[in-house]
Amino acid sequence: MVRKARISSELRYTANTQLEALHARYTGTGHADITKYEWLTHQHRDTLASIVGHSTLNSYLAIADGEAIGRVKFEICERMLQPCGPPPQKDE
Amino acid sequence: MHLYNLTLQPPTAITHAIVGNFSGARHQEIIVSRGTRLDLLRVDMQTGKLSTVVSTDAFGTIRSLAGFRLTGGTKDHAILGSDSGRIVILDYDVKTTSFVKIHEETYGKSGARRVVPGQYLATDPKGRSVMISAVEKAKLVYILNRDAAANLTISSPLEAHKNQAIIHHIVGLDVGFENPTFAALEVDYSEADQDPTGEAFNGAEKKLTYYELDLGLNHVVRKWSEPTDIRANLLVQVPGGQLATAEGTRFDGPSGVLVCCEDHIIYRHPEKPQHRVPIPRRDHPLVDPDRGLIIVSAVMHKMKGQFFFLLQSEEGDLYKVTIEHVDEDVERIKIKYFDTVPVATSLCILKSGFLFVASEFGNHYLYQFTKLGDDDDEKEFSSSSYPGRGMAEPFLPLPKALFKPRDLENLTLVDEMASLDPVLDSRVLNLLPNSDSPQIFAVCGRGARSTFRVLRHGLETQEVVSSDLPGIPNAVWTTKLKEDDPFDSYIILSFVNGTLVLSIGETIEEVQDTGFLSSAPTIAVQQIGSDALLQVHPHGIRHVSTNRKVNEWRVPQGKTIVAATTNKRQVVVALSSAELVYFELDLEGQLNEYQDRKAMGSTVLALSIGEVPEGHQRTPFLAVGCEDQTVRIISLDPETTLEPISMQALTSPPSAICIADMLDAGINKTHPTMFVNIGLQNGILLRTVLDPVNGQLTDTRTRFLGTRPIRLIRVTVQKNPAILALSSRPWLNYTHQNRLHFTPLILDGLDYAWGFSAELCPEGLIGIAGSTLRIFQIPNLGTKLKQDSIPLSYTPRKMITHPGNNYFYVIESDHRVWGDDAAEKKLAELRRGQRTNQSTPELPPEVFGRPKAPAGTWGSCIRIIDPVQSATVGLIKLDNNEAAFSIAVVPFSAKGSEPHLVVGTGQDTFLSPRSCTSGFLRTYTFTNGGTGLELLHKTETDDVPLAVMAFQGRLVAGVGKALRIYDMGKKKLLRKVENKTFTGAIVSLDTQGSRIIVGDMQESVHYAVYKAPENRLLVFADDTQPRWTTATAMLDYNTVAAADRFGNVFVNRLDAKVSDQVDDDPTGAGILHEKGVLMGAPHKTVLLAHFHVGDLVTSLHKVSLVAGGRDVLIYTGLHGTIGILVPFVSKDDVDFISTLEQHMRTQGLSIVGRDHLSWRGYYVPVKAVVDGDLCEAFAQLPAHKQSSIAEELDRSVGDVLKKLDQLRTTASGF
Repeated sequence: MVRKARISSELRYTANTQLEALHARYTGTGHADITKYEWLTHQHRDTLASIVGHSTLNSYLAIADGEAIGRVKFEICERMLQPCGPPPQKDE
Repeated sequence: MHLYNLTLQPPTAITHAIVGNFSGARHQEIIVSRGTRLDLLRVDMQTGKLSTVVSTDAFGTIRSLAGFRLTGGTKDHAILGSDSGRIVILDYDVKTTSFVKIHEETYGKSGARRVVPGQYLATDPKGRSVMISAVEKAKLVYILNRDAAANLTISSPLEAHKNQAIIHHIVGLDVGFENPTFAALEVDYSEADQDPTGEAFNGAEKKLTYYELDLGLNHVVRKWSEPTDIRANLLVQVPGGQLATAEGTRFDGPSGVLVCCEDHIIYRHPEKPQHRVPIPRRDHPLVDPDRGLIIVSAVMHKMKGQFFFLLQSEEGDLYKVTIEHVDEDVERIKIKYFDTVPVATSLCILKSGFLFVASEFGNHYLYQFTKLGDDDDEKEFSSSSYPGRGMAEPFLPLPKALFKPRDLENLTLVDEMASLDPVLDSRVLNLLPNSDSPQIFAVCGRGARSTFRVLRHGLETQEVVSSDLPGIPNAVWTTKLKEDDPFDSYIILSFVNGTLVLSIGETIEEVQDTGFLSSAPTIAVQQIGSDALLQVHPHGIRHVSTNRKVNEWRVPQGKTIVAATTNKRQVVVALSSAELVYFELDLEGQLNEYQDRKAMGSTVLALSIGEVPEGHQRTPFLAVGCEDQTVRIISLDPETTLEPISMQALTSPPSAICIADMLDAGINKTHPTMFVNIGLQNGILLRTVLDPVNGQLTDTRTRFLGTRPIRLIRVTVQKNPAILALSSRPWLNYTHQNRLHFTPLILDGLDYAWGFSAELCPEGLIGIAGSTLRIFQIPNLGTKLKQDSIPLSYTPRKMITHPGNNYFYVIESDHRVWGDDAAEKKLAELRRGQRTNQSTPELPPEVFGRPKAPAGTWGSCIRIIDPVQSATVGLIKLDNNEAAFSIAVVPFSAKGSEPHLVVGTGQDTFLSPRSCTSGFLRTYTFTNGGTGLELLHKTETDDVPLAVMAFQGRLVAGVGKALRIYDMGKKKLLRKVENKTFTGAIVSLDTQGSRIIVGDMQESVHYAVYKAPENRLLVFADDTQPRWTTATAMLDYNTVAAADRFGNVFVNRLDAKVSDQVDDDPTGAGILHEKGVLMGAPHKTVLLAHFHVGDLVTSLHKVSLVAGGRDVLIYTGLHGTIGILVPFVSKDDVDFISTLEQHMRTQGLSIVGRDHLSWRGYYVPVKAVVDGDLCEAFAQLPAHKQSSIAEELDRSVGDVLKKLDQLRTTASGF
């Protein structure tokens, strides 16, 4: 029993370091304690980055909105700063 | 179901363009990225014409493009940033005219992700390093160098990451030969993410950061970081570095960057004072003074120790920016209005004085600089005329700078490159007269530069001369007098009873003493030997030498010549007695008859010999087509003269044969292939390859050309041999970019034609149609679609045809513009106010665009277009800030099935969040045979009707989230039934029977049914995946093809049992009480096929593109793509082509290094669709790879190519 417990704790240990590396490397990776706001902000930033990265989507938005593609890209990048408004108050 | 995807027209939009000496020669080339393709363009210095030299499919998204040149090098290279997670360095290989990957370095995951670099690229001006950056955090720097063998090398990447920072732009600084430095525009969001009060967000700073690559230590340091304007969006490199001259060192420029911000431009460099100038705005009363103005594209140009910038605002105005500097110190920066051109994604200045404008929408333009705006009276704004060089109060705007927009003064337009981008809707119909294949009608473009385009499959022809003749000739030839003449001198026309010779000079007139027999028709004309002419007529052959001396060979009594073929040294004639007579020119220039005549045993209908190959005496093969439905190859070799070699049986008597040596890289990369083209009397053309060694005919391909017997003529097009095939319409078979093309000419049927070369028209063709003689040219080889356009006023949204007439009804609407009436009203208001006497400058909107209005302002109209006359026949402007979004022709049964036009509009519509004060269904009756509309009534709705459609004599409308059926009423339409179970907004509707297919904006395709007895509208099936639907088309009663916003096309099918069950339920009570599955409808559709096209599909149609052909699914993409999905007919084909595709995938053909399988399965794994574009790349593979793949497939290379060709031609005719 003791032996088994140690193995699993080791596993947890290595898994954790990998996870940390993953988080450091890939901004936007979720974790168990993520808040709704964090998750949503990540989702929005990922989506906005993907839109900027696909020229057809840029054109599509620009046509719909009647703006230049350059303006659309700029406003999307600006929106990435805070896509979902300010974070909620922490209630401690 | 298994589909085969073929692109008929690749995307025409340009997302990036760079200029450089990519071929290493003296002239510059432009490399353009078309999103998923890479093209190399060249500008002809004399004519100023743009032409495409190379076009390569990237099989991936190109997100950034940069050029660089290694120090001391003579050749530029291109670097690509893409969604492949790899950086690719390309070289343009002049020999093979293709792009070659020199390096492909993997650095991250594939996909356009937030922290995986690829979005931005910046190169060091000295070509020593490159920075590739993501939208957030990640920046990698690669060092570029040469190895001992002078090959380009690339280092492993060095990281210059900054966590939790959004990157807006990066640029390489010009620092001369100091350590390479890059500037980045970054915003840190870490504090804003943590601060609930929002103060950190409001106080967030945009920082200009310098990253220096220390070449000695081999790492990157953050050298300098300072806050700049929060609304900065673009960085522009300012020249710098020292130059050693005779008088000592001189600075090329001050170095640093121009930071383009909203409304102003700042010059920045560490430890140097900042300079700020405003971006001048248009002096127009309708310009919104509160709206910021940003720069969207910029170009810097250096010339002889000077440099200037051209910056373009989002309105399209170009500004010239100059920097006055003393050594490294900037004295002032100056900005002035330069000219107005369409808004560009990229600007390129060529050293030869051209400006290439890659428009973000619509056609691309090439301008020539006539002057540089140096000494005009345009007002110039200088940083030195503002306090503190414009930076006295950096957070306050500078006083407004104004200019008056005007026509082009510094630039002149020299060429235009057609672009469909964006295609917003299309229809495929055969409306034009004299056409046997359908045309594609597309509404394209944005704003006032929008167009309605008619696309016809074929090569455009340009008529030079057209003149009437006294009679109806049956053949025409042109000929030179001597072998080395540059141009033709005679036109010979053969009539039933005579021959007419015309001389080509200043004018074209008849000549008499040519030595030609004028009293008999002519069979063939040839310039023979060095300076003699030859005429073949039914009774003999006349050999006319320079001094008009005629040697005549006469046909034996009682026989005539029925067919003849000639080249420079050989003549073969066929007699009515089915005998062949062979002549060859000897060294003295005498025509000698071969001692024997060859009896063929069947009447000869057609003959052909090829041109004499260079350095040879003769061509060794003669093709003879006989009445017994055979074509025989006969030897002309001196050893075996007139001995038969091989034979091919035909399905119908031949009407013409033509042997031509043409280059087709699919068969032979370096040498021309000898093709025997056989035209049959039933309009079918056979193309076979003649083996030069054994004379066997192999690799036969057939093609239906038209209803008349085919005539074949060998001509020269762009100095290459080509074949003109005449049937009910003319076709041209020619080599373009090393590939053989077969394309119809857009021209009424020709009876006969020949090449024509004169000083004014060096590469023309001459043809006869009835009694008219026509001389024409083919200007754009390689373009398979001819475009004719009609201008529109606003962005077209949708269009529709009327069942009873041939007109198109197009709805146009533009966001953020004043409608014409609203603009007038607003101007009148302003005049009444304080700005009374100001005259408004007349600015044509197609050049200058319309003044920007606040969000929620719309300009809109309904336009009636006659595509045959190519004109607008009616125009209805919408007032009250209404904008049209949907259109349908509805035969209301309540009105005796009289067709009515229903237009769904929204008033004061906002896009985000979607809202409007009111939606309307405008009902019109048709007047004046469809050229006019009369408003019957307007029906108010609570949301914008984005989709309307006729349904069983009533109207079905998708009004926001509600699906409703309306019937005709006296004062308005009457709502009959409604279903509100949709989650997003309804964007598309299709119907068959009582079934309605509903496309939801976010939730894919739903199947609904209308149960008349109970008046119920019920949704009974939907999709398991969320899809952002853009277009739908019903393939059959149970199957629907749809496209989504991310470039996917997919096919969903409903189970036949469910379908029957729903149809058998008379009241719909069963469906009503069935339990929903997965929070949706009770039944789910099955995904049958899925494919990522790479372009946002805007319309889908199930049509047949060739007369009598099977139906295919045609799609149009936003960036101008037109493609088809062809269902396979047999399982064998599926197996064969899928295996070929698998082999092709392993070839690594993507120039961005994207894995093909993951590209075509970008969002959902590709299913049951074979990528024909990839398969067709088989023709470009090197011969050894071709044969190894063919071997794996148990076929010959020819078989594979034939299969691919057949798939393309039978489905599309292209």
